[in-house]
Amino acid sequence: MYSADFDYHRARSLADAQRLLAAHPGAKLLAGGHSLIPLMKLRLAAPSAVIDIGRIPELRGISRSGDSIRIGALTTHAELAASADLQKSAAALAEAAGLVGDPAVRSRGTIGGNVAHADPASDLPTVLVALDARITAVGPKGERTISADDFFTGIMTTALADDEVVTAIAVPASVRGQGSAYVKFAHPASRYAVIGAAALVSIANNRCSGARVALGGLLPHASRVRSVEKALTGKPLDAAAIEAAAALAQADLGSNVAGDIYASAEYRTAMAPVYVKRAVAAAAARAGLA
Amino acid sequence: MKLSVSIQVNGRTYDREIEPRLLLVHFLRDSIALTGTKIGCDTSQCGACTVLLDDVAVKACTCLAAQADGCSVTTIEGLAPDGRLNALQEAFWTKHGLQCGFCTPGMIFAAQALLRVNGNPSPEQIRHALEGNLCRCTGYQNIVRSVQAAAAAGVR
Ligand SMILES: Cc1cc2nc3c(=O)[nH]c(=O)nc-3n(C[C@H](O)[C@H](O)[C@H](O)COP(=O)(O)OP(=O)(O)OC[C@H]3O[C@@H](n4cnc5c(N)ncnc54)[C@H](O)[C@@H]3O)c2cc1C
Ligand code: FES
Ligand code: FES
Repeated sequence: MYSADFDYHRARSLADAQRLLAAHPGAKLLAGGHSLIPLMKLRLAAPSAVIDIGRIPELRGISRSGDSIRIGALTTHAELAASADLQKSAAALAEAAGLVGDPAVRSRGTIGGNVAHADPASDLPTVLVALDARITAVGPKGERTISADDFFTGIMTTALADDEVVTAIAVPASVRGQGSAYVKFAHPASRYAVIGAAALVSIANNRCSGARVALGGLLPHASRVRSVEKALTGKPLDAAAIEAAAALAQADLGSNVAGDIYASAEYRTAMAPVYVKRAVAAAAARAGLA
Repeated sequence: MKLSVSIQVNGRTYDREIEPRLLLVHFLRDSIALTGTKIGCDTSQCGACTVLLDDVAVKACTCLAAQADGCSVTTIEGLAPDGRLNALQEAFWTKHGLQCGFCTPGMIFAAQALLRVNGNPSPEQIRHALEGNLCRCTGYQNIVRSVQAAAAAGVR
């Protein structure tokens, strides 16, 4: 399949990418291409120009800065999954990245492209919302940082402007007594999330002192389930307490759940508490070990 | 727009003028006539088009030829340049890891990517590593056995 015709420009630096974006209105950035190229082949997208940012060195890599972990936008899913730092201090993110698609997809797809594309069935947005990640973008007016909570606004829609480039994503490194986890009901063919649940819990004196829990896959965009978070807080995280709190996820979902030929909205709604329960239990187990 | 690219394939450099929308898989099959790489789904699902791009297994139907400019590609033709199968191909041959053979070039590269990082994979690890590669014929059992045999023969 051939996409519609377009002009191709390769950016050599972040400044070069911004210059090219300004010079070519209607252009699309190309990172790993694993969302954009399929869309263009189906002619659901037909940008007049493509700006390849895939080789910009300053957008790569994972590094620690104080109590947060900075992840360059071009970091691939495979690199996220293999990062010892993330496995230890942001376990849900490494876990989710290892569940994206298949090995070839993970070798090409990037975290920046994943969040900018904001497919409702993506894995990483759900984790980034639960972990309270911050997304840094650079545009003509300079740099700004957006919390994951505010970044995802709708189906394939984000707070990002057309002329902004995501440069990095920062996740807080978990501290003693904290643990995070991601569990996923994967579509058997595409591996995209039918339901994805991410949890970050803090435990102090054998009780939950704070929780952030998010669901994705079944909603227009990844969102927190605040009733569940509230119900967990202050409780000892035993199986009964987790199950009772997870059941509240249905109320948070309301009538926003989307269904398709593979899984109806009713089915996804019914399954959501099961995945929330598993994510919270796995996060609590990790918090206990930390 | 026309674009000049220089792509090394199986050790030989090819300089071509291309349209930016040319996919790597079409570059290989149509521009330089290496038809060992197959197109199955053309929607990034089946893995029939898998090749090595700078030593990483990628789906060539979801990569622009322009993205491979200056890079090195290995296709199935590059594994047996003198017509002699390499050890991984040999394992697929002896264990009947193929029937029609359409998925095989992609399976070989997905399997090779696994064996590079894990020289002694369990059947389950093999199945996970081949998740992105579909086979319509074998039912996968013999593909798993082929990869196990290759690992036992020391393929890395
Ligand atoms: C077969 C298959 C299975 C998949 N399965 C899953 C799955 O299970 N879970 C999952 O989460 N994802 C899945 N994906 C999607 C995959 O994770 C993509 O790689 C990812 O969504 C997009 O990243 P990319 O680097 O490929 O982005 P691209 O395709 O290059 O770009 C996607 C969009 O983001 C924009 N963009 C890219 N980088 C930036 C940046 N730095 N700043 C601003 N905008 C940017 C582009 O302009 C474009 O609009 C799958 C994809 C395929 C092909
Ligand atoms: S043809 Fe490329 S994945 Fe199927
Ligand atoms: S052998 Fe026919 S598709 Fe795999």
